[in-house]
Parts: sequence; structure tokens; C-alpha cells
Amino acid sequence: MSSSMVTSGPERVLPAADQPSRPSLPLLVRVELRKSWDTRAGSWLLLVIGLATLAVVLVQMLVVRDVVHTTGDHLATSQLPTAVLLPVVGILLVTSEWSQRTAMATFSLVPQRSRVLVAKVLAAAVLAVVGFAVSLLVSVLATALTPVLTDRESAWTLGTDVLLQSLLVQVLYVLVGVALGLLLLSSPLAIVLNFVLPTVFGIVTGLVSALSWVQEWLDLSTTTAPMFTGDLTGGGWTRLGVSLLLWLVAPMVLGWVRVLRTEIS
Amino acid sequence: MCGVPGPGRLLSMIAIEHLTRRYGTQLAVSDVSFTCTPGTVTGFLGPNGAGKSTTMRALCGLATPTSGTATIGGRAYRDLPNAGRHVGVLLDAGAQHGGRTSREVLTLSAMVLGVDRRRVDQVLEQVGLAGAPAGKRVGKYSLGMRQRLGLANALLGDPQVLVLDEPANGLDPAGIYWMRGLLRDFADRGGTVLLSSHLLHEVEAVADQLVVIAGGRIAARGSKAELLAGTGTLVRGLEPGRLAAALADAGIRAVPRPDGALVAEAGAEAVGRATAAAGVVLLELRDADGGGLEDLFRTLTQEPGGAPAPTPAAPRPLATQATEVRS
Repeated sequence: MSSSMVTSGPERVLPAADQPSRPSLPLLVRVELRKSWDTRAGSWLLLVIGLATLAVVLVQMLVVRDVVHTTGDHLATSQLPTAVLLPVVGILLVTSEWSQRTAMATFSLVPQRSRVLVAKVLAAAVLAVVGFAVSLLVSVLATALTPVLTDRESAWTLGTDVLLQSLLVQVLYVLVGVALGLLLLSSPLAIVLNFVLPTVFGIVTGLVSALSWVQEWLDLSTTTAPMFTGDLTGGGWTRLGVSLLLWLVAPMVLGWVRVLRTEIS
Repeated sequence: MCGVPGPGRLLSMIAIEHLTRRYGTQLAVSDVSFTCTPGTVTGFLGPNGAGKSTTMRALCGLATPTSGTATIGGRAYRDLPNAGRHVGVLLDAGAQHGGRTSREVLTLSAMVLGVDRRRVDQVLEQVGLAGAPAGKRVGKYSLGMRQRLGLANALLGDPQVLVLDEPANGLDPAGIYWMRGLLRDFADRGGTVLLSSHLLHEVEAVADQLVVIAGGRIAARGSKAELLAGTGTLVRGLEPGRLAAALADAGIRAVPRPDGALVAEAGAEAVGRATAAAGVVLLELRDADGGGLEDLFRTLTQEPGGAPAPTPAAPRPLATQATEVRS
């Protein structure tokens, strides 16, 4: 028998004095981050995102030869794999608890479900920041290596707007994934809809001219498009906010309430 | 059993009071009440769909009771600051991510619990998963190994309470014997154990207290001795007619069995004295244990006709509760 069983001592009831403290939020965030890469699926997904980030910039650097690329150009390109694939990591942060049925163990350890959800949202945001940092690093490397590997110059141009808006759009995208996961609580369903819904939404609102205002105000890919190049200004922010109400706030609130109310089994 | 109650010491560690859980119009659990005291193992028995898992999920904050309360150490589970340090929970051994190794599963739990990582090795050792099995992905585990992992996870926070739903499922006989010893030892050190099962022999061997649930309602509840005592004394005489008369004269009710013996509703001594006084020759006199708890369990969960009846105490639709498929 292990020593800790021995130290249990006879007739121990919940001791008033030595209350074990509740796990801190930063700790729960670390646990959620660890969950995002400690499975084969998770680690592969993150690795693929990293490799794809490298690949797209290499292609831009080596294949697209007729323009001088700035660091900002590289950043706009290198973010695309993160923007497309990291939301899937965000989805899985939530849905794997249900699809793999680990929710019972998770919520048995932390019965305050909102704390777990807050930790997941923060972990997703951390992943987005890391993803952005990797994109930035790759962009800087590409700028530095262009004169070495090719016969062209490169320009060290990178505005604050590009940096901040790129960072923000990555965080928003991954949170949209988390929100969709919360709403659906199913990995396959959420992942498919994550790709299909915006596309169908974009096609329908793009085809019907009467719906062009819908596209302008509610289509997330339209409202966020300027952010990759740091060109979001004025009314663009309002339209971004309105589209986020539909794609981020509404599913997040509905999904959150659903998780708080649902029976975990 | 629990010693003298003192300040800060509770007689009942687990208290389920008038717990009711309704799904739409269907009652999964209806007015269930029982308590578990430190130092004891409580066997929670019932056929599939009886409401065992729903009750345990309500106890662990995973299901919200429609009415009634379930508390641990006087507090709702959700109010425990670090629940896993008080209560070790294993509600479904199959509910683990198949892509993690058992060491990784336990490491994640250890982080949340705030216990030393060495504790992971300790519990792996304790449940017999140390070494190579600890590095295998849980997806490759047999159900028995998953039960061991689930038990390791429950023990990790060195809790005072264990809540285990069908922990013996999938364990081989040696594993069941091992787990029985582990739970007995845990209780003997002052821990409180609530374990559900439909494996009656398993519970009979380890439990001090029994709670039998059928159709969402408590069918029987009490110490093992109390419940089994109700089955009476089996007595067989050389002349069954004279034996029956002797018992009737002594005011002891007796029911004949198909094999000619009688089951008397009295202790062995009372039956012995009554038959001795009447000069009846006895061939057999013993506690009518038969299948013991199994007989009791069958009696309580079957309709008089003998057909299995998952819901003797409640309307039919309860039996089809989808929420209990895994119990």
C-alpha cells in the first residue's frame, strides 16, 4: 500500500483546517494547453499548422518572384494556415471533452464548469498568440533570407496596424472555433460546419445582390479580410463588431449556457 | 464504523436526501435518501436502469437534481474547493481519451489536484499499471485496465471519499479480489466508499451497508446483517408435517420450499427450541442464506410472478430511461 494511504489515518472527515485550495485559473489554462497537444491528433494538428506556415512563406518567397516582398506581405501570407486550422484546435479544446467523453473526469475534478470554460477560452487565446508569434518569426526569417536565397531584395516594412490587427484576427478566429464547439459539443459536426457554414454563407450572400448588405455586415471573412493587412478602419470596426455578434458572441453565450445546464454523462 | 462524533466530525460523509431527478415526464430517480458513514463501504445495488448512475452523477455535481439534495461532508459537490482532494470519482472507466497514455491522464489530474507528480507513480504502482502499461495509450487498454486507471485517478488526490460506479466491470477474478481488498482497506482507514454494482457477490463480500434501488426508488436499505437476517432460517425435518405443526404451535411463521424444507421467520435458536420441545427430529437447521444477497436482490427487483421487472415500484416507462444505458 502506498505511503499516502497510510497517512490517511483513521476516521478522517473533511478537515476544516487544511482545506486544499482550489486550482488557480492560470493552472487550469496550463492544463487546457497541455490537453491541446498531448494527444496524437492534437500534436499532429499543431505540427501541421507550423509546417504549413513555413511552406506558404517559402512558396511566396521562392515562387512569386515579380514583386519585392515586405515583412508585412510575408506576415499576411504566413498567418493563413493559422487562421484556417487553429480554429479547429479551438473547437477540439471543447468538443473532445464530449466526443472522447472526458468531460465527466474534467468536471468531476473542477465542478465549477464556468472555470473550466474560461480556462479553455484563455488557452485558445494563448494558442492564437503563439500562432501569431510563429507567423511573425517566419515572416522575419523570410525577409532576412530573401536576399540570401534569391536574387531579389526584400523590404523591412511592418506597420503597427498590421501587427495588432493580425494578432487580433487570429485570436478572434480561434475564439469563433471555441464558440462553435461550445454550441455543438461534437467534434465532427463542429469541424465540418466551421468550414462549410462561412463558405455557404458567403456564396449565398454574394450571389443575391439584395443580400449584399448582409455580406458586408455579417460575413466574417468579409469583415475580417482587411485585418490581415492592417487596413481595418472606421466603419470597418463597426461591421466587424456586428459580424462577431453573430459568429462569436451568440454561439458562445448559447453554448456556455448549454454546458452549464447539460447533464454530463 | 464512525467513532464518537466530535467537533468538525460528521456522522454521515455522504448524504442523499429525497433526491429526485426527472427527465421530462419520466422519473429516473424518485425520493432517494441514504447516508454513508466514514469507515464503511456502501454497496449501491440495482438492475440496469434503476437510477444508480443518475444518483451518483447528482452526487458529483454532474446532474442537477429536480428536487432534493446530495452532499459530501455537508457540502454540495460543486462547493468543494478542490473536489478531487476530498472525493475520488470513477463514474465510467470507458470515458477516457484513447489518445493519451495513462501516465498523461494522471499527470493532467495531478496538475489540477495540486499533488506531487511522484503521486502519479505511486497510484500507478498501487493499481498495477506501473512500468510498460503506464506508457501505453488508453485506447489500447482492456476494460479491466481502464478500471484500474480510473481507480488510480480516483485515488490520486488522496481523498476521504470514493464514489465508484460499477468499478468491478471488466476486472478478472483476481482483479476483483484485489479491488475488494483495496476498498476494504480504504474504509478501514476511515474512508467512505460508495460503490454501485449489479455484481452481487462482489458487493456482498465487501460492503457493510447496502442500498438497493429499483425503478428509481429505494427498495431496501440497511446493514448487510440486517438485510440478510430478513431471509429467515432454513429447517428440514424427518417428518415435514410434524415440523410445520411444531413451528405453528410455537407461533413461528414458516414457508415451505419446493424441496420439502421450511423457511422459518425466526432465528435458529427459536426454531431449534420449538422443534426440540415438540420432539421433532431435525435433519438441517441453518440461516436461509441460499444465494444470500442475490436472493434478496432478485426478490426486491422482480415482480411476484418471477418475471424480471426493472420497475416494480413505479410506472413502466421508467425502465426505458436512456440515461442509464451504461449503468
